[in-house]
Amino acid sequence: MVKIEFLGPINKESLSLDISNLNELSEVLKGDETITKWLENCAVAVNDTLVSSKDVKLNDGDKVSLLPPVCGG
Amino acid sequence: MNSEKLRLYDGALPVEEITNYWYNEFKTSNYGAIITFVGVVRDENSIDGLSFDIYEPILNSWFDGWQKKANEKNAIVLMAHSRGDVLNHESSYIAAVCSPKRRVALEMIDEFVEDFKANAPIWKYDIIDGKRVYAEDRSTPISGAGILS
Repeated sequence: MVKIEFLGPINKESLSLDISNLNELSEVLKGDETITKWLENCAVAVNDTLVSSKDVKLNDGDKVSLLPPVCGG
Repeated sequence: MNSEKLRLYDGALPVEEITNYWYNEFKTSNYGAIITFVGVVRDENSIDGLSFDIYEPILNSWFDGWQKKANEKNAIVLMAHSRGDVLNHESSYIAAVCSPKRRVALEMIDEFVEDFKANAPIWKYDIIDGKRVYAEDRSTPISGAGILS
């Protein structure tokens, strides 16, 4: 299973999904109305490393984080 | 490691303690220029203060990347930030650059603070009537955002 966590203001419980790449995750999240509005502005990290493409394989035990727009300081 | 160079605190920053610590720690390292930027929460838009969430694993890697970049110019970067609530007129953010040469430090503090604003995984909320309201209109998508849409 792959753990999906939603950071900061998204305020959504983590999910545990049986998926093998980010394309599948994208399809799952597009069908979840609590998250669709965030998708176009969220950065994505796999195991705490930011990724820039959906062509990323996922393995059992991986963690995917969604990072909404930031504003430190 | 970076423990004294990247410091996170619950609530407002003890500015004098942090800046004095850094000054005493690094003044003997032959840095000719130490530039400190202290961010202070302004009283505006009827807020009582700001509140912050931080995602530390990615903040650490972002900061490590900056440390490497600074080290290539014989400089170092320093940073402190608050978690949770910081009331008006208190500090939530300090950034600093120490460098042998002033020009490197002056240019790097600008880039370091701007990239922090754009890419560090920290989320800001206004505190209004005791509630946290996400500062959505002042927030910036991280570089590369949107791949799942």
